[in-house]
Amino acid sequence: MIDLTNINILPWLIPVGPLLAFAIIMLITNRSKMVSATDKHEYGGHHPDYDGMTVPVVTARSRVMSITVGLSGIIAAWAIAWTVAGAATNFNGVFGQQVFANSVEWLATGTTTLSMGVMIDPLNTLMLIMVPLAVLCIFIYSIGYMAHDPRQSRFFALISLFASAMLTLVVADNLLLLFVGWEIMGFCSYMLIGFWFEKPSAYQAAVKAFTTTRVADVVMMLGIVYLYTLTGTLNFRDILYNPEVLEKLGNTPAILFTGMTASSLIGIFLIIGTIGKSAQFPLHVWLPDAMEGPTPVSAMIHAAAMVSAGVYAVIRMYPLFEVGAHPHDGLFNAPLMLMTVIGGFTALFAATIAVAQNDVKKVLAYSTISQLGFMIAALGIGAYVAAAFHLITHAFFKALLFMASGSVIHAMEHGEHHVHAHGHEDDEDDEHEHSASHAIEAHGHDSHGHDSHAAGADAHTGHKFDPQDMMNMGGLSKRIPVTFITFVIGGLSLAGFPLITAGFWSKDEILADAWLGTSKGFGPQAFVFFMLAAAAFLTAFYTARQLSLTFLGEARTEEAKHAGLGGPSNISSITMQLPLIILAFFALFAGFVGVPSDFPVLGEIFSPKYPWFGHFIENTLIVPPPHPIFNWIPLLTSFGVAGGGLFLGWWMYGRKPLKAGEPDPLVNILGPMHNVLKNKYYFDELYTIIFIKPAQAISKATGDFIDKGIIDGILHAIATAFRFTGDLIKTFNLWLIDGFGDSIGQGIGWVGSRLRFVQTGRVQNYLLMVVFFALVLGLIFIASAGTAAN
Amino acid sequence: MVPLWMYLAVAAALFCLGTYTVLSRRNAVAVLMGIELMLNAVNLNLVAFWRFQSPLNMAGQAFTAFVLVVAAAEAAVGLAIIISMYRSRRSVTVDDVDMLRW
Amino acid sequence: MVVGGLTPQAIAFGFFTILTLGGAFGVVLNKNLVRGAVWLIVSLFGIAGMFVLLSAPFLAAVQVMVYIGAIGILFTFAVMLTRSMTNMRQRFTTQWWSALIVVGLLFVFLMSGVIVPVWGGISPEQAGDVVATTTDLGVALVDGNQFVLPFEVASLLLTAAIIGAIVIARQHEEE
Repeated sequence: MIDLTNINILPWLIPVGPLLAFAIIMLITNRSKMVSATDKHEYGGHHPDYDGMTVPVVTARSRVMSITVGLSGIIAAWAIAWTVAGAATNFNGVFGQQVFANSVEWLATGTTTLSMGVMIDPLNTLMLIMVPLAVLCIFIYSIGYMAHDPRQSRFFALISLFASAMLTLVVADNLLLLFVGWEIMGFCSYMLIGFWFEKPSAYQAAVKAFTTTRVADVVMMLGIVYLYTLTGTLNFRDILYNPEVLEKLGNTPAILFTGMTASSLIGIFLIIGTIGKSAQFPLHVWLPDAMEGPTPVSAMIHAAAMVSAGVYAVIRMYPLFEVGAHPHDGLFNAPLMLMTVIGGFTALFAATIAVAQNDVKKVLAYSTISQLGFMIAALGIGAYVAAAFHLITHAFFKALLFMASGSVIHAMEHGEHHVHAHGHEDDEDDEHEHSASHAIEAHGHDSHGHDSHAAGADAHTGHKFDPQDMMNMGGLSKRIPVTFITFVIGGLSLAGFPLITAGFWSKDEILADAWLGTSKGFGPQAFVFFMLAAAAFLTAFYTARQLSLTFLGEARTEEAKHAGLGGPSNISSITMQLPLIILAFFALFAGFVGVPSDFPVLGEIFSPKYPWFGHFIENTLIVPPPHPIFNWIPLLTSFGVAGGGLFLGWWMYGRKPLKAGEPDPLVNILGPMHNVLKNKYYFDELYTIIFIKPAQAISKATGDFIDKGIIDGILHAIATAFRFTGDLIKTFNLWLIDGFGDSIGQGIGWVGSRLRFVQTGRVQNYLLMVVFFALVLGLIFIASAGTAAN
Repeated sequence: MVPLWMYLAVAAALFCLGTYTVLSRRNAVAVLMGIELMLNAVNLNLVAFWRFQSPLNMAGQAFTAFVLVVAAAEAAVGLAIIISMYRSRRSVTVDDVDMLRW
Repeated sequence: MVVGGLTPQAIAFGFFTILTLGGAFGVVLNKNLVRGAVWLIVSLFGIAGMFVLLSAPFLAAVQVMVYIGAIGILFTFAVMLTRSMTNMRQRFTTQWWSALIVVGLLFVFLMSGVIVPVWGGISPEQAGDVVATTTDLGVALVDGNQFVLPFEVASLLLTAAIIGAIVIARQHEEE
């Protein structure tokens, strides 16, 4: 039987918990009752399409059961994952040269056999530490956040499936299984971004996310296939930990693109997959729109799971990308250059856009894009450890930031209900008529209420209140203190506040590695260094801007004045704030596992022999990457950009916090550039013109011309021909029948009607006939006898 | 001796007269009379042939006797029918029996 | 003895012919059915005479007894029993002239097409003088090898006919 104490088998079980949770919730515990769509208390949203209909709303019991099942699933996964991770980190020996692996033969294809299995090496282990924890926090958060959503059970089922897919991807031992998890996550992101499918913007965003990543996934698939044809296997250990295979790939010229090697071509294709999945330029357009989904989804997709999967994949495949190159000696090949350029460019590009955004979640979205750019650029210049380090720390503080922003939004909505309930402002949404019990409804109508607001905040008249617009916030530090503190911690970590935040250590590591190459005069590293430094500066700046606008100063609107989460005794607020606290802890202290040994003072405290993180993960590679020696310049650069950005942001926004109605000072400074930034460099419009409109035109033309014109034309012509033939035959038939058949009948009838007079009924008449014809016969006989005799 | 053909001629004439009676008399009894004439013509024919062709073979006379018997039977039954017809509809006109007409 | 070239047989033949055909004409043309019945009897007598001339005396006797004595009387009775309208209507049907033509053609055909060509050349001398007697007829009618079966069947027929006639002509009960 299966030996569950065997550490090699345990990784199989990690994705099983959430997967079972998904199945159970979907099949058993997701029970709904039908309520009228206009029942604002139950259904919570105002969707004019559904007025007059009944809509399903999950029952309270189903809610509880689904949450229980979902939580059990992820807790099981977390427990097993940390068990495995514990075994890996306490491994007796060099973990990495040996790994936990187990596989089954899955598909026999001729001489080779494709096996599916799990493999835990140092890179996986770190992911197994981070991912289940972050996802668990998100699950706990979702209990409170979605507490009044009419489809909470379904939500838990979907995030369970999402978690299962992510964990599958993490423990996979081959590219195909990784790709399976990749695609399932793509599907889940579609379902979850479009979770509030009543909103057109939501489902459009879901489609956008899915199709954009799909474009990249197709290319990635090509890369996987090509790799398989060349090597006959997709197993990571067999390809990446195997110098012969890597060398062979490096020496084979690629098909079609014969200028480059096979490894380069495969590498480029796989990187394109990550460009789509991790929203790098030019496939970044889906991520900001994905903010349409509920905040836990944003946290999950954009912090803990999906975008991390993209970076994880490229980190995993790094040995393949490195073939034929040695970035630390300035020798680059095509995949590494691609990553460097795209990553660096995206980091700065997204940061500039984030500066001009007013929606609190959009800022974080662009921030995510930017930070992913950091990771990919880091990997491009060969900073393997730094990239992985930043991936892990980013997951923690970004998830924290998203969930904290969700908390802020909830608080703003509460304020909104409060305002409407007391009639301070009139609003055409009549959903907020309950005055007495809005403590309970505090988190109720937000899921739909705020969306109907958020959708058209900019386009509509001032009565539509957008609870996500930072310009409507202000002074929330007093109203939601716990959120404030955790948000600040996350924000500082993102900005890279020196020394005490995890983000600092990981970002500094990247800059250190980049500086190493810059000091040697290597172009790509210099590019990365300057782009990332600038991006880090902007990151700090917009973070400070965000914190100031949201929390500091005085409330700029009535809603912000009354914003709040209903008090610490509220179960929803506890489930929402507990994960924030957990993640804030990690956002502060997770960085200390990666302090470089030669760092002044702190190096000896935290990493006396070696930094635990780097030492652990570098064994994933056959040859551990070179370690950047401590240098003051990157350190001071980190200090400078972080401190400088934070200071500038505080100076512009926090020192004299904006009053209500005051415009953003950045608008004046940047002038027309601000509009460009605010509209994301008009990339969405550009893609619409280049891709969407032609595709729609083609499909319309195809539909009209080919489908309706030709095919329908042919069918109509055939039908008309048949009809015509039928009519012809019918006429002919009729004529024939009438002319011939009927006339036979009629003729016979006519003959009969004439002949009947023969039947006089009188015997004598008959007898006369008899005699006459007997006479005739006799004459004939005589005549014939006469002729015969003659 | 009178030649055979004269007897046959008489028989023929008798036959034709009988036929004419059958075909053209209205009264049913007259029709039956015509039938008797015809049968007699046949008998005459038979006996004439017997006498001239095979006078030793009694088949001729025997046949004639049987024809006579049949004629008698037929006359009896026919007249019974006529009487029955007369009783039911008070008419012996053959033309009146035309229920099988069109 | 020959009278004017005619033997006695020829005269007798002529006489009986006149009886036969005359009676037949009477039957055809009578207005009064009773007289028609009498004319029928006359004709039957003529036939009987013919039988005698043809050396079949027994048949002549049977003719007189059965035909005239029974059937003729039967006709008379029938005529009398069905008398009510006999004199009032026309004698002939509407088809009398077409019947006349047909019958005329029939006679002509019979004479010229059948009788004269086929038997016209048979002279009376060929008839032979030896004839079978009545005894022979009697024997023939009961001989097992000859005509006993038809004889018995004929008697059966007569019985059936009589019974049938009685049944048909029986008067039904008044309702």
